[in-house]
Amino acid sequence: MIATPVEVAARGEEGILPVIGLAALFWEVARRDLQVALRRWTDASNTALFFILVVTLFPLALSPKAETLRMIAPGVIWIAALLATLLSLNLLFRSDLEDGTLEQLLTLPYPLGWMLLAKTMAHWVITGVPVILMAPILAITYHLPAAALGVLVSSLLLGTPTLSLLGSIGAALTAGLRGAGVLLAFIVAPLMLPVLMLGARATDLALAGASATGPLYLMAALLALALSLVPVASAMAIRVSAD
Amino acid sequence: MLAVAGLTLWRGTTCLFEDLSFQVAAGTALLVEGPNGSGKTTLLRVVAGLTLPESGAVTWRGSDFRQQARDGRLRLAFSGHALALKAELSTRMNLEFFARLAGVPGKIEEILALTGLSACADLDVRVLSAGQKRRAALARVLLSKAELWLLDEPQTNLDAAGREFLEAAVRGHLARGGTAMIAAHQAVDLSGAPATRLRLGDAQ
Repeated sequence: MIATPVEVAARGEEGILPVIGLAALFWEVARRDLQVALRRWTDASNTALFFILVVTLFPLALSPKAETLRMIAPGVIWIAALLATLLSLNLLFRSDLEDGTLEQLLTLPYPLGWMLLAKTMAHWVITGVPVILMAPILAITYHLPAAALGVLVSSLLLGTPTLSLLGSIGAALTAGLRGAGVLLAFIVAPLMLPVLMLGARATDLALAGASATGPLYLMAALLALALSLVPVASAMAIRVSAD
Repeated sequence: MLAVAGLTLWRGTTCLFEDLSFQVAAGTALLVEGPNGSGKTTLLRVVAGLTLPESGAVTWRGSDFRQQARDGRLRLAFSGHALALKAELSTRMNLEFFARLAGVPGKIEEILALTGLSACADLDVRVLSAGQKRRAALARVLLSKAELWLLDEPQTNLDAAGREFLEAAVRGHLARGGTAMIAAHQAVDLSGAPATRLRLGDAQ
């Protein structure tokens, strides 16, 4: 069909996409989520409070002896971080699916995986960063020596984004389901196990005075892998969930 | 021109449409009518690329629709039942997000004034009335600079002035060579603007 003059004029005026760059797109999508989180700060504080609660329960049930606490500290903090992440994942895409934001993102001519990555990273800032900030303080109450604190924080810095990324696949798959909390945990927890083991192991090594670079490098590799592969999987899952 | 050919879609065990074909030329509107549950929303979602049909093709100017929507050759604005407004953010913040993604951050004030939302632009969407929220969703469509508007029951909750504004906006969009697909169970008065009707739900 030959385009009418009106059609051509319309195309000249409005048809060309006013592209914003990928970096700007990432920032816009992440910023919207951060703005919402600032005004609904219970999401962030709930995760942090849950993390503190789990970590403080162990000395009460096990033993308050310094050497016992020091021994279990890496494992306890990492398990608590994993549970806190699992708890927060429900919120990742659910509200966007319910209020129609995802429909809008899906109809935009921008790469969906990239936008979901921005959302996941914003989610990590809201739920993962408070955990990382809280961890050294709690670790001190577990009598963890200062030398191991740095490794603990590094392992959390490398590991919690990976947990959020892996969790985003499950969150994308279950966004449309009612009461998917436990199902979501069952889907993503097995994927998270390597991160849990490496993170706790790194801090253990530092505690024993050995070099923790091995597990930390592996965690960095897992993060790089998750950053590159997860957006593709999440995008496919969200397309199904939004249908 | 938007063309839909041989569209078949099942929802569960119900066949919503079978071998449905229609075309919408540039500068015209297609009014999708039919009783509740006849598949108006689903049809719009298929055209928007949100729902995959069992079979059939949606094409825009002769080539695959979804591909063009993804690489930006076609801009479409979809307005569904869910308004894509964050209750915690102000109307202005909500619209700024979409304005920046559409590359028109400067147009916010103009659009807010046009849709009669200037007075409540800085209020949280949570406290807006249902009609004001619908106007904000319409503002998003106006901002998008899209060639194809897909509006699902856009008159819902709008007052008489709001409906008139909506109809004027659609007429303006068509006059600029745009295309629109509107699902409505109430009459949409486009007074003379070229429009065709598609009636769903009678055949089955």
